[in-house]
Amino acid sequence: MADINRLAQMFMELDDLLVGCMRCGMCQAVCPVFAQSGREGDVTRGKLALLDKLAHEMLEDPQGVKEKLDRCLLCGTCQANCPSGVSVMDIFLKARAIMTGYFGLSPVKQAIFRGMLKNPKLFNTLVGMGSKFQGLFTKKVDDMLGSSCARFNAPVIGDRHFNSLAKKPLHKIVPEMDTPAGKSGIRVALYVGCVVDKIFPQVGEAILKVLKHHGVGVYMPAGQACCGIPALSSGDTSTFDSLVNMNVKLFKDAEFDYLVTGCASCTSTIKELWPHMYQGDSVTRYEAAKLQKKTMDISQFLVDILQVQPTGGNCGRSVTYHDPCHLKNSLGITAQPRELIRTAGCDYKEMAEAGTCCGCGGSFNIAHYDISKQIGSRKADNILAAKVQTAATSCPACMLQITDMLSQKGAGMDVKHVIELYADSL
Amino acid sequence: MSKDAIIKEFEAAIGAENVMTDETDRHAYSYDAAVLDSVVPALVVRPTTSEALGKCVKLCNDNGVPLTVRGAGTNLSGGTIPHPGGCVVLTNGLNRILEINEEDMYAVVEPGVVTAKFAAEVASRGLFYPPDPGSQTVSTLGGNVAENAGGLRGLKYGVTKDYVMGVDFWDVNGELVKSGSRTVKCVTGYNLAGLMVASEGTLGVFDKIILKLIPPAQAAKSMMAIFPSMKAASETVAAIIANKIVPATLEMMDNFTINTVENFRGAGLPTDAAALLLIEVDGHPAQVEDEAVLVEKICKENGATEIKVAKDAAERDAVWQARRDALPALAKLKPTCVLEDATVPRSKIPAMIAALEEISKKLDLTIGTFGHAGDGNLHPTILTDKRDKAEWERVEKGIDMIFDRALALGGTLSGEHGIGLAKSKYMEIETSRATLEYAHRMKSVLDPKGILNPGKIIGFKK
Repeated sequence: MADINRLAQMFMELDDLLVGCMRCGMCQAVCPVFAQSGREGDVTRGKLALLDKLAHEMLEDPQGVKEKLDRCLLCGTCQANCPSGVSVMDIFLKARAIMTGYFGLSPVKQAIFRGMLKNPKLFNTLVGMGSKFQGLFTKKVDDMLGSSCARFNAPVIGDRHFNSLAKKPLHKIVPEMDTPAGKSGIRVALYVGCVVDKIFPQVGEAILKVLKHHGVGVYMPAGQACCGIPALSSGDTSTFDSLVNMNVKLFKDAEFDYLVTGCASCTSTIKELWPHMYQGDSVTRYEAAKLQKKTMDISQFLVDILQVQPTGGNCGRSVTYHDPCHLKNSLGITAQPRELIRTAGCDYKEMAEAGTCCGCGGSFNIAHYDISKQIGSRKADNILAAKVQTAATSCPACMLQITDMLSQKGAGMDVKHVIELYADSL
Repeated sequence: MSKDAIIKEFEAAIGAENVMTDETDRHAYSYDAAVLDSVVPALVVRPTTSEALGKCVKLCNDNGVPLTVRGAGTNLSGGTIPHPGGCVVLTNGLNRILEINEEDMYAVVEPGVVTAKFAAEVASRGLFYPPDPGSQTVSTLGGNVAENAGGLRGLKYGVTKDYVMGVDFWDVNGELVKSGSRTVKCVTGYNLAGLMVASEGTLGVFDKIILKLIPPAQAAKSMMAIFPSMKAASETVAAIIANKIVPATLEMMDNFTINTVENFRGAGLPTDAAALLLIEVDGHPAQVEDEAVLVEKICKENGATEIKVAKDAAERDAVWQARRDALPALAKLKPTCVLEDATVPRSKIPAMIAALEEISKKLDLTIGTFGHAGDGNLHPTILTDKRDKAEWERVEKGIDMIFDRALALGGTLSGEHGIGLAKSKYMEIETSRATLEYAHRMKSVLDPKGILNPGKIIGFKK
């Protein structure tokens, strides 16, 4: 472990970013974690102040600062609403990398990130085995939501109501694809993402159905790796770098007009973080920057590029929409998913606070389930108050969280990806 | 008693989960929104009941621990920066609206209620709470009362003090003192509620606040008037008032601020204008029509080159968005943003504007000026980088000069941000030696150990 002065020096490299915070405290109005705890260390201003103090060697407890820093969903709402325009996400991701460099990565995370994510084949095999045996440990709780809970007292699962691993992941149903552009004259690359592949393959199938319907050619290579956001948000930049490298290799030589994904987190990671946070060779960074320009959320692609018109189909249900943070705050995409729901002939109803975080935050949900659940419970209440049959969103991670929350409330409604609603209407 | 023993007492009194002593927690409450050095407290407590709040005050006094009450920590004068080794008492765990009385038009709240949430709740009952400080989405009512916060509507509707009907507060012995009432008229005893307004936590700790509510205006009309000089704009402000019109809001922006906002939002502001006035009249629909026409006429007579009257709600929002963007737009230009609130009589606004221009040139400082022209409350905003030592020295000099000029013009040190630590050194200049002596004598009796937010407003006794 390096000494604390060395740590301070590393944080001084963030000084130009940190100095932009004028401590106005406006982030208190929008931070979902602060809304639950009311503690300054949980809100962005407090975290920035602590990092600043660490950099200037005014406090001696980097472990305490790390713990505060980790209590953040990285939802980006503060940055989107910051009067001073502080690059909060940039600061937090870099700060977590510095902390991980200083304290090291926990053995569990090492096993997951470096042992599993870095080896997509092994990851697939392990998850495949998991899907066969999961029934031994879990039991169904809500057929409509497809959620399960633990049969026994299980430490990580707790009292979660979770979506089971798919019996057959997308990479088993459609191992790869390489089709020419049809009547649309457009060819896209499809980046699947881990959660779609392993838990919601039906979302992947819906995307493929829609693309086929509109005569869009698809390049979907086998062996896609995780986008890297779980590793990066845990400060594991070396795993992030190798994942970016693996993915860029898969896509860089293929011909396509756009790279689409059905996962808000993957989209924003590819667009915002691949070229910006990648520390490896310049060629990969250059290729990542090229991919960045082509990357789009699937709703954005369908509405802005294909300009899809109402199908005449009727999805026959009332639907509300939850804005994933990674679409709303990072990329400013809010209109297109709603338009796609209407295009699918659904009866759309806006819920209160549609743009606030669902509380998932990836690994935040695992480390801080209590706060995650409080935030998610409010989201579920807003969904229930909208009095609809279906809650839709554009991020499979939000789907997991919202399913958990609705299932625990016995809501009796289903959670769908926007693209599923549209695919069903075709 | 040892520090550990005191902490144990707090834990026993209000629950260990409400007492924070970790280094990181303490550092997270060492600052507020003022550009001042941080001070680390010894502990931070977050009482969640009235009784627990009273216990905290008593424990601090019994042990001689300096106590600083903190709501959202948005204070711009250092009023919520703690005393070294002191205790920060958070009020955001006391955030209940206890009563909104529609018949008698008042509300009773705990100090930690967020201003904008309260205003929205009041509005949903068809009533109106006018004070709207810039930080209202996070600031708390307790803080607003303690600082006598203002806002955009000060000109017609007044500031926080005009809505405080009563305050229940804990004295240093942990005894509950009651003041004011739920009636419009009340002359029972000393006006202690009035004493508590703007006392910045130096005389007692708020437990409950009774606030006056009023009916909302039936109609409103907003307009933007463009001027070829700040002089013409500021003379227009005086002329509007002289014509017996009191707009709900009358705001001013200088050319630098206009350009900064336009770069930020691109909403189509006139970037070549030397000054803008943003005006809203409200009231009965017929009165609003009459006043809008008259205001337009006065603007033209005083040299306005163009007047845009908002035709609908969207255009009205655009007018006020431009004003709300002023601070965020300026704040993005440089790392450090010193927002002052020197205030002068309305007739002296042209002179104050001229003084600010002179100070900016003389010290080579970037100063954007916007603010509540209608009530003489200007916000000269100095943009700098605190790390640039040479420039920071000039900034400090500039701040001194701004207050010096404001006082010379018959103005005051603070229109709405409070005195806190930042301006206590100027207090004697605006008031008098005797005034400070009087304040010190009063404080020494009410707070003999000097534990209540020491050093704020009146400084330490020399």
